[in-house]
Amino acid sequence: MQLTNRSKQVSNKEMTLMERAYLPAIATGMAITLKHFFKKKVTIEYPEVKRYLGPVFRGRHILKRDAEGRERCTACGLCAVACPAEAISMVAAERQKGEESLYREEKYAAVYEVNMLRCIFCGLCEEACPKQAVYLRHDEFIPVFNDRNQVIWGKDLLVEDMNNRYTREAWTKEEAHLLDQKRANGEATNVVPRAIP
Amino acid sequence: MELTEFVIKTLTILVVFVLTLVIAMYSTWGERKVAGFIQDRMGPNRAGPGGLLQPLADAGKMFFKEDFIPALANKWLFIAGPSLAMLTALLASAVIPFGSTFRYDGVEVVLQGVESNIGILYVFGVVALGVYGIMIGGWASNNKFSLLGAIRAASQNISYEVAMGLSLIAILMMSSSLSLGDIVAQQHGGNWNIFYQPLGFIIFLTCSFAECNRVPFDLPECETELVGGYHTEYGSMKLGFYLFAEYINMFVSSAIISTLYFGGYNYPGMDWVYNQLTASLGTTTGHNIATLIGTGVFFGKALFFIFFYMWVRWTLPRFRYDQLMNLGWKKLIPLAIINIIITGASVLFLKPFITSLLN
Repeated sequence: MQLTNRSKQVSNKEMTLMERAYLPAIATGMAITLKHFFKKKVTIEYPEVKRYLGPVFRGRHILKRDAEGRERCTACGLCAVACPAEAISMVAAERQKGEESLYREEKYAAVYEVNMLRCIFCGLCEEACPKQAVYLRHDEFIPVFNDRNQVIWGKDLLVEDMNNRYTREAWTKEEAHLLDQKRANGEATNVVPRAIP
Repeated sequence: MELTEFVIKTLTILVVFVLTLVIAMYSTWGERKVAGFIQDRMGPNRAGPGGLLQPLADAGKMFFKEDFIPALANKWLFIAGPSLAMLTALLASAVIPFGSTFRYDGVEVVLQGVESNIGILYVFGVVALGVYGIMIGGWASNNKFSLLGAIRAASQNISYEVAMGLSLIAILMMSSSLSLGDIVAQQHGGNWNIFYQPLGFIIFLTCSFAECNRVPFDLPECETELVGGYHTEYGSMKLGFYLFAEYINMFVSSAIISTLYFGGYNYPGMDWVYNQLTASLGTTTGHNIATLIGTGVFFGKALFFIFFYMWVRWTLPRFRYDQLMNLGWKKLIPLAIINIIITGASVLFLKPFITSLLN
């Protein structure tokens, strides 16, 4: 049964003098390799050049603040429960009088730690969070660590910096879906990324 | 007077030695860079600008690795193998004329390690010894793959040396001298041997690929069949010496090819350059600078052939062993003999005829 017409009958016929001389064939091959020598290289030199990995990439964790700069996390522990790798641990504390500008809810996480060796970057913490406090950034990686002390990240590394906020085009699944639909219809093309969920 | 000459000669030899080593060192970098570029990659570019410190990093790694000798290996021969390979590779560069003469204090010094009137014979002798390093190393390893690789290397080198020598005889018939310096001097003024001996050149080039154990003739280290060939049991700097000797051989054979066929340090219009330089800078300085330019041209030619070696390596697949032997004995040797006959006939009949026509 013939499936395609690309199959070629094997032939053992004598080579012509031209073919037996090797050199023309070798010259052709060398021309091909020389062409590749001057071609643009496909390598992306990683640490210097970073490729955009798309809006759904799950990179380093961030604990969001709200528009007034208050921490959103209320230390409910749902992220820690959802985490399949048991990478998240936290200690809750009650907000005192006068701390209203620091914490959004009456309870907050005094300690919030992510073990970056355990984390598998599945994003389930992000989905579990009822306060829209935990996110995995799409634009940053966890840097390479070479010491045990660098593995467990505390609040000092996780909480968002108000001077350099993390912005996204869409903060919820519904929002992202809507944006996708609009883009498919050709309505919205440029959406300004914003910092607040 | 005598002392100056001695000092200059010592310096020349030292410079030739160091240059050979440096060029071989950077050939390893060049090889990887060329491989990368041909395969649409970047090649080494992390150590230093453009990866230029990569050879140093590799050498450092080689030095600090464990220097292991297998329990059942012949210890002394195991060490002698890479040493011999390195020694014979370095010896050959002594007679290569890198440039014409250098004038200093009224003394003319030839830019050549040793001025020998049998230079090409010496090169052949040393190159033939090169296979001993591989043979001894492969045998001393007490490993069947090493031994097979070594035997392959030996039979391959012997087979191709015949064709190489025969292709060279045609050159010697034309130059009627064994001195490399004379052969280069005779090619002065665009009289390059490549124009008279194209067939001889192709045979010589093919044979020098085989002599250096380079792809497509790298059967002694054919990893699909023989693990690592003759250096299967080697590690650390001893392996480094084997690999390094291959690159030195590559440089030496590139230099020999450019000496024999491409006019050595001659280049088109060198007389005009020489006259301009001596007229403007005086006979001594002008002469020396002209010599240096010639040396640069010579190294340019040699480096091109090193590139050519690499270019071929990343283009062609390896020959099968019977193909290798067929090519050597049944094709190259008859072709070389035909080449000798044609050259002989031309020297006897065609040359007097053409000279009589021109006069």
